[in-house]
Amino acid sequence: MSVLSRLEAIASKEFKQLARDRVTFGMIVMIPLMQLLLFGYAINTEVRNIPIAIVDQSGSAGARNITEQVRVTQVVEIVDYYATPKEAEEALVAGKVSAVLVLPHNLAQRAASGEPVGQWLVDGSDTMVGSALLALRSMPLQMVAGVPQGAYQGATPSFEVALFFNPERRSEVNIVPGLTAIILTMTLVLFTSAALVRERERGNLELLITTPISPLELMVGKLLPYIVVGLVQVTIILGLGQLVFGVAFQGELLSLAAITLPFIAANLALGLLISTRATTQLQAMQLTFFILMPSILLSGFMFPYAAMPLPAQYIAEVLPATHYMRLIRGVFLRGAETGQLLADTLWLVGFTLVMLVIATKRFRKSLD
Amino acid sequence: MTEPAIRARALSRHFGEVIAVDGVDLDVPSGEIYGFLGPNGSGKTTIIRMLCGLLTPTAGEVSVLKLNIPAEAEALRRKIGYMTQKFSLYDELTVAENMMFMARVHGLSRGAARTRIKQLLDRYGLTAMRDRFAGAMSGGQRQRLALAVATLHSPTVLFLDEPTSAVDPENRRDFWEKLFDLSDAGTTILVSTHYMDEAERCHQLAILETGHLRKHGTPRTLMAELDGRVIEISGPNLRQVKEQAMQLPEVQSAAQQGLQLRILLRAAARDPIAGLRAQLGDGALRYAVTKPSLEDVFVASTHGGDGG
Repeated sequence: MSVLSRLEAIASKEFKQLARDRVTFGMIVMIPLMQLLLFGYAINTEVRNIPIAIVDQSGSAGARNITEQVRVTQVVEIVDYYATPKEAEEALVAGKVSAVLVLPHNLAQRAASGEPVGQWLVDGSDTMVGSALLALRSMPLQMVAGVPQGAYQGATPSFEVALFFNPERRSEVNIVPGLTAIILTMTLVLFTSAALVRERERGNLELLITTPISPLELMVGKLLPYIVVGLVQVTIILGLGQLVFGVAFQGELLSLAAITLPFIAANLALGLLISTRATTQLQAMQLTFFILMPSILLSGFMFPYAAMPLPAQYIAEVLPATHYMRLIRGVFLRGAETGQLLADTLWLVGFTLVMLVIATKRFRKSLD
Repeated sequence: MTEPAIRARALSRHFGEVIAVDGVDLDVPSGEIYGFLGPNGSGKTTIIRMLCGLLTPTAGEVSVLKLNIPAEAEALRRKIGYMTQKFSLYDELTVAENMMFMARVHGLSRGAARTRIKQLLDRYGLTAMRDRFAGAMSGGQRQRLALAVATLHSPTVLFLDEPTSAVDPENRRDFWEKLFDLSDAGTTILVSTHYMDEAERCHQLAILETGHLRKHGTPRTLMAELDGRVIEISGPNLRQVKEQAMQLPEVQSAAQQGLQLRILLRAAARDPIAGLRAQLGDGALRYAVTKPSLEDVFVASTHGGDGG
């Protein structure tokens, strides 16, 4: 009974402090708001207005038709026309354009037989540009004038898997759930990493450790109020995501809770561990960024996990954010059940327990 | 006499190269107010922390209430109250919230805590400010709150580390009244201070300097030991007389107090005035043997007097 009583005492004390600390309280709401708007609007992984040139050797209506269709994608901006591929190549080397579309003499013939209608010459040095144009390669072309209906099916490849859940290629769809992982990592680790350090700096801890409280009671008690904080933030992010970006949540709320609670707990436990190591709040902050940077870069939020080199994948695998990124994208966009994502969920639960045990072991009720 | 409440033998604590406490023996009788008198850096806080089990001694033995410290520190925590030197309650919680928090941490049930808090608020004159934030209180109010919190779970032993350093004399008097109430009820109190007037109120006293326990006993005994060693001189040119007196080998210290020059001799002499008069001259100076004060005891038992 006294265990529960102490847990409740710590948790409610922590909650009162939190509610009265206006800066922290503001951060709980403002960080998700700011981040979501910034990332949602500013980070645009879509590539637009790549400067290209056209070499139209056929001079046919079909060629003009295709050129027009490429132009309206807005992925490219036609800045020049050349007579021969050689001139175009020179412009490419000079950096005047990033790509050239060559439409050959026998365009109508190729279209009729279902062969590729033209060739892209692409400056591959910018991978983002490269992949954007690679996507154009499989662009479904409308009927070319003079070619009978249905004859052109072969040159229009089917959908790519990457487009499957995001047919409009909108980056917000991927960014909103991903941001949940990043914002929770940022705020929750930061809050709890400062939690014990602050008490130590202010001298509260010296009094607290002369009481019969056990380290585990102290740890868990401190963690409980922040679970509520985490849930509030998730609600803000997903609610705003729907409101502002129209990214609708398609899964089960229960599944969302089942994957989010272990992730919140994992971050809080990680923060507590930092708190037992850091001696000042500044140190706690620095250690938090040490966790935060790889979480942003390696978790699959910025770059696809599968495209990373193996060592980076190993590091990513240790970070709770990586696991949650997989979980939330699964639950959020594909409406996957928690059962299908059990491994990652269990990993988060395990991570939480391990961190808690280490933090508890590291926390000594002495000033030595 | 019964078993002492606190007992330490050859207690030492090093922090790297620094020796903070060096071979201290200590016996604090049950139910007494025992004072630690010493300047900053004399090891008062370090000793108290070791006695509470917060610091592990480098060497030596400690037992508090027959419990071996630090091995049995956890069992001791239910029986001691600790008032830290720096205010260590939560500024952003109210008086009542701080007390409820600490009561619950000590394992009191909500109902028992409520009764106890009401009682303590009343006893320490805090009822009117029960909803005031601790951060918005004066030094004297904070200190009463800290004492109330330290006694929430009715501890047998209280450790008070410089409890009155941020408190005006009026509040200090009141505070000591509360300490005597607690002592009267059987609580053993160990209190550190650097105020002479406070030290004089203690049942017993230990004088500490640079980690050593220089002297201990009741204030009365300690002062009586100096009988015949304190002489007051009054007259003209006291600054000059002081310079002369400091040169004399038998003088341990000389300090001016208003119109008097207070001389502390290294040893009691049969006729101390005659000796001094012979060397400092008669002239207009008047000599008188006076009653030793606790400050004299402090100066006599530390090296503080050597340099003047």
